[in-house]
Amino acid sequence: MAYLANSGQAQIIEELAEVIVANKAWLSEIDGKIGDGDHGINMAKGFGRAAERIHGKDMSLDAAMLVLSDVLMSEIGGSMGPLYGLMFEDMAAALSGRSDIDAEAFSAMLRAGLAGVQGVGNAKVGDKTLIDTLVPAVAAFDAAKAQGFAAALTAMAEAAEKGRDTTVDLVARIGRSSRLGERSRGVLDAGATSCCMILTTLGESVRKRLI
Amino acid sequence: MQRFLNDPDDLVDETVAGFVKAHRDLVHLLPENPRVVVSNFAPQAGRVGIVTGGGSGHEPAFIGYTGRNLVDAVAVGELFSSPTAKSFADAIKAANGGAGVAVLYGNYAGDNMNVKMAARMVAKDGIEVATVVANDDVCSAPAAEREKRRGVAGEIFMWKIGGAKAASGASLAEVQAAAQKAIDACRSVGVGLGPCTLPAVGHPNFQIAAGQMEVGIGHHGEPGTRVEPLRAANDVADDMVRIVMDDHSLPAGSEVAVLVSGLGATPVNELYVLYDRIEAQLVGMGMTVYRAFVGNYFTSLEMVGATLTVMALDDELKALLDMDCASPAL
Repeated sequence: MAYLANSGQAQIIEELAEVIVANKAWLSEIDGKIGDGDHGINMAKGFGRAAERIHGKDMSLDAAMLVLSDVLMSEIGGSMGPLYGLMFEDMAAALSGRSDIDAEAFSAMLRAGLAGVQGVGNAKVGDKTLIDTLVPAVAAFDAAKAQGFAAALTAMAEAAEKGRDTTVDLVARIGRSSRLGERSRGVLDAGATSCCMILTTLGESVRKRLI
Repeated sequence: MQRFLNDPDDLVDETVAGFVKAHRDLVHLLPENPRVVVSNFAPQAGRVGIVTGGGSGHEPAFIGYTGRNLVDAVAVGELFSSPTAKSFADAIKAANGGAGVAVLYGNYAGDNMNVKMAARMVAKDGIEVATVVANDDVCSAPAAEREKRRGVAGEIFMWKIGGAKAASGASLAEVQAAAQKAIDACRSVGVGLGPCTLPAVGHPNFQIAAGQMEVGIGHHGEPGTRVEPLRAANDVADDMVRIVMDDHSLPAGSEVAVLVSGLGATPVNELYVLYDRIEAQLVGMGMTVYRAFVGNYFTSLEMVGATLTVMALDDELKALLDMDCASPAL
């Protein structure tokens, strides 16, 4: 059974931050079409600060996630601060105390993260939010985990991308872009896009560390 | 537009720093959280605390309403972005005089989430929190879906009434009820003539073509209900009064408080031009204007435009509106 060690994995969160920071302008551009165009700025600020704080530290994956969660919740705010902050807090809680992370543990982590997001936000699938990425991705991981951890990560990434792309044809029903009504149709949702980036990057970082 | 700007990333911190220096007789920063502005008169033992918060860029809102018999502590967010849950929680703690804290804020997704999380955080400290969510912006949703409407300049009346009620020694439930009554008595509308730009983004987040106006625009440039050719000020004022009063349906003889706020880049004299006609129209409908407020009370960076808020009054609201207060903005 494939797994990775939980300890000494702060690098995974640094890799995630690197991708978010590199895509700062793109995320803001997407957000600018139906939002106020600061999603990339706020995400890069939060993930970048977290990466600085964990750089070079010997931390478990869950400890590094908690640092990220804390920065998002106590320094970023907006809607994304609490949503991603709680997601990583609850993901970390699901991994806490484990020495190894196998497919079951990763599945528990994903479901905890989803529950965290749903606990504070009210969005459902189809509302044009990050939920449109997260829900199918979590389901795809669970459906594929019998085929092995790596296969399940691939299935998760594919479902995340597909979920993200469904938001193009959706009309926003929650958050600031919902004020646009029909005018919100035809473009990606910024949250669904950043959530896809988080899941695919996290998945790839985990996959290459599997033993 | 040319700006007075250093590093855009420092804009909010520098705004707050200058604000607390200029108004040090009334407010200060919370030492442990520079994103919380606290009244020099807070907390008061045994009195209900009043907290609000929201994104920056609306100055003098939200920080300008911190002071005596008004808001006790304000959580400060990034430009147009909700404050963190931690800042709301720290503001609640700073306002807590042991009789509970009323958080009076506007209906935006981020604020709803962060206030909810903050209430959970301070529950651990035994602080009782009541919330009132402002939803006075008529054009943001139909009357049947009032819970979806945004909070705009009516929030100022909500803070004034809630703050006065708390100052009178009322209980948390009574303060919550008074603030709720105030916002329920408010209807607002915005008209935009030009967009605004987040400095870190660098380009306007929406467009209003030359010669056009957007009726029903929100405080962050949320689209209105109509985009149409800009008309003479009196016609625009008539339109604003009609939108607000159609939704209000107040009987003739009602007393009202009126607030006309600029959105940031409209000259104050134009606000008086609008008010001249607005009051005439209201009087023509049989209303009595008990108090009027005209100026830049709740802005949106350098948006060109104005908002109108009409609050229906009864004896309790009149008394609370008249109670003495001191804050940088009111």
